[in-house]
Amino acid sequence: MATIVKSYEPTFWDRLYLPALAKGLAVTLKHFFRKKITIQYPDEKYVPPDGYRGLHRLNKYPDGKIRCVACEMCSAACPADCIHIIPGPSPWEDGKERFPVRFDIDLLRCIFCGFCEMACPEEAIELTEIYDFSNYTRDDLLIDKEGLLGVYELTKDTNYYSRPNAGQDSEALTSDKF
Amino acid sequence: MDFLGFVIICVKVLVVFSATMLTVLMMVYAERRVSAFMQGRLGPNRVGPQGLLQPIADGIKFLMKEDIIPAEVNKPIYLLAPAMLLIPALMTFAVIPFGSTITLFGREVPLQVADLNVGILYILALTSIGVYGLVLAGWASNSKYSLIGGLRSSAQLISYELAMGLSVVSVILLAGSLKLNVIVEDQQGYLLSWNVFKQPVAFLIFLVAVYAETNRLPFDLTEAEQELVGGYHTEYSSMKFAMFFTAEYANMVTAAALTVTLFFGGWDVPLLNETSMGALGAILSVLSFILKTAFFLFLFIWVRWTFPRFRYDQLMKLGWKVMLPLALINIFVTGGYLTLTSLR
Amino acid sequence: MLPLLFYFAAAIAVGTAISVVLSRNAVYSAILLVACFFSLALIYLLLEAYFLAVLEIFIYAGAIMVLFLFVIMLLNLGQEKAQEHFRYLQRGLSLFLVIVFFLGVSLILLSDSSVLHQSHETFSAGGVKVLGEALFTKYLLPFEVASLLLLVALIGTVYLAKQKI
Repeated sequence: MATIVKSYEPTFWDRLYLPALAKGLAVTLKHFFRKKITIQYPDEKYVPPDGYRGLHRLNKYPDGKIRCVACEMCSAACPADCIHIIPGPSPWEDGKERFPVRFDIDLLRCIFCGFCEMACPEEAIELTEIYDFSNYTRDDLLIDKEGLLGVYELTKDTNYYSRPNAGQDSEALTSDKF
Repeated sequence: MDFLGFVIICVKVLVVFSATMLTVLMMVYAERRVSAFMQGRLGPNRVGPQGLLQPIADGIKFLMKEDIIPAEVNKPIYLLAPAMLLIPALMTFAVIPFGSTITLFGREVPLQVADLNVGILYILALTSIGVYGLVLAGWASNSKYSLIGGLRSSAQLISYELAMGLSVVSVILLAGSLKLNVIVEDQQGYLLSWNVFKQPVAFLIFLVAVYAETNRLPFDLTEAEQELVGGYHTEYSSMKFAMFFTAEYANMVTAAALTVTLFFGGWDVPLLNETSMGALGAILSVLSFILKTAFFLFLFIWVRWTFPRFRYDQLMKLGWKVMLPLALINIFVTGGYLTLTSLR
Repeated sequence: MLPLLFYFAAAIAVGTAISVVLSRNAVYSAILLVACFFSLALIYLLLEAYFLAVLEIFIYAGAIMVLFLFVIMLLNLGQEKAQEHFRYLQRGLSLFLVIVFFLGVSLILLSDSSVLHQSHETFSAGGVKVLGEALFTKYLLPFEVASLLLLVALIGTVYLAKQKI
């Protein structure tokens, strides 16, 4: 069934264009006084929502033991093949037998897909909200076990970007940290 | 001419020139800042307080850049073109009265560099001379983008010059003089004596024509980035490019000042007799002139970030089939009205 | 001071006019012609004909020459293509015309009854008012005829340029 669409016949005022022009000017003027959405990056930082996939961390139990059992599920799941684990016997007596002697992540290869945290049976590896960890050398972007545990200390309580003294130690993550 | 008069004129020239250049600098900053505000951004705010020193940083950048003269350009004309555009742009402001008279050293000094008795024609003549800079820059660059930009500008400016000139004619009819000072004095008094209210049609035609004459959006076909790279100044770099830029903004300043002079009472403050108030009146008049001009400069930017660019055939159609007949009818009506009222 | 300015402007006018003819590059010719118009405007200014001076720049330099330049650029005439077989005819004809024109002008200048020898006041065309009054009273018929001529030329051009109207 064909529907007949009546085309809009411009009125005199439409053909004069002036009211339309005024309307357009009003729109831009409204935006002129609107709140600006720019985030002035180094001074203010975007606070990512929960579930953001940024820098990795290695979780610990409340008593300070590493959760990771070096099962290598994460490195098997990793599509970029950036997680390298060397397992060893756990130094602690109770429970877990395995323990990562080395736990290295090549951040240059990582694609931040989050498969590792999904694969982890112990909820040991997690992606945090930290996004600005650029560095000057490639070596500085190879993060090891101590680095990953350090990220855990930084992010375990609050969102890294909305912590009380945010911005003051914004350089905490650069070069010498990893 | 005596020595004191000479000194006063020199000072006036210096003041007007530096004020124009300063406004140009401010406009470069304002353009970026206002456009950013209208797009929900902040714009340049790092150099100096609120980024106010940004144009100076830009200027230094232009000076430090490599001055490239492409091979195969027509060198003399290529070098001449920016100056041919900039000089008329800076000369135009000479006849615009920017305030009432002040008394200095016991003599009346009108706040205007030169009170030509063909003032308005002088401005029209100089704006029409400015085309050469664009056209020759386009031709001498030996680049197709530049050439198309130059061709477009010549046709566009001639088309809109007609409408602009004819819309001014009706204002001249009302004032009975080509002197800009007389046109301003004619609009003295209460608010409704401004020419916008007497000649709204002429004002609209003039405003549109001015945007076309200064190559501003929605009529910036001569430098339409999306199609012509940079239009006539595609091949220019460094300070020569900055000269084109300066000329464009100087033209805008003059155009805004001219709009104020012709249609918004110039330095007139409504309901106030500035000439009888001495120094205070002069200061008030200059302030009102600056404020009005600033509004029209803002309007230039405002319009630029609101309306899309015209197509070339639309531009020509608007100029020849709408603006020109409308301006002619307006002159006819104004002339008829004036004749009828003078008969009675 | 004033005679010096006149000779300066006149020298530029003559120099640029000669270079307009001699220049091989059409764009150079156009620019030189604009310079010539400017020096002519300066001479008008010295004669206190402000209105004519500004009109000279406004109409000739600002509108007509821009159109010429437009056409030159549109046809992309750079270096003149020498058409040898027209050369001699062209030169002879132009020389003849120049001589006729020169003789005519000098005859007018030398004759006593010419308008050029009228007093300064009656011939002043400086003011807009004087010029307007002259155009709309004394010279109304020539003025209107000239505008009609322009209209005829305009229609003729459109007819020639457009096969189908």
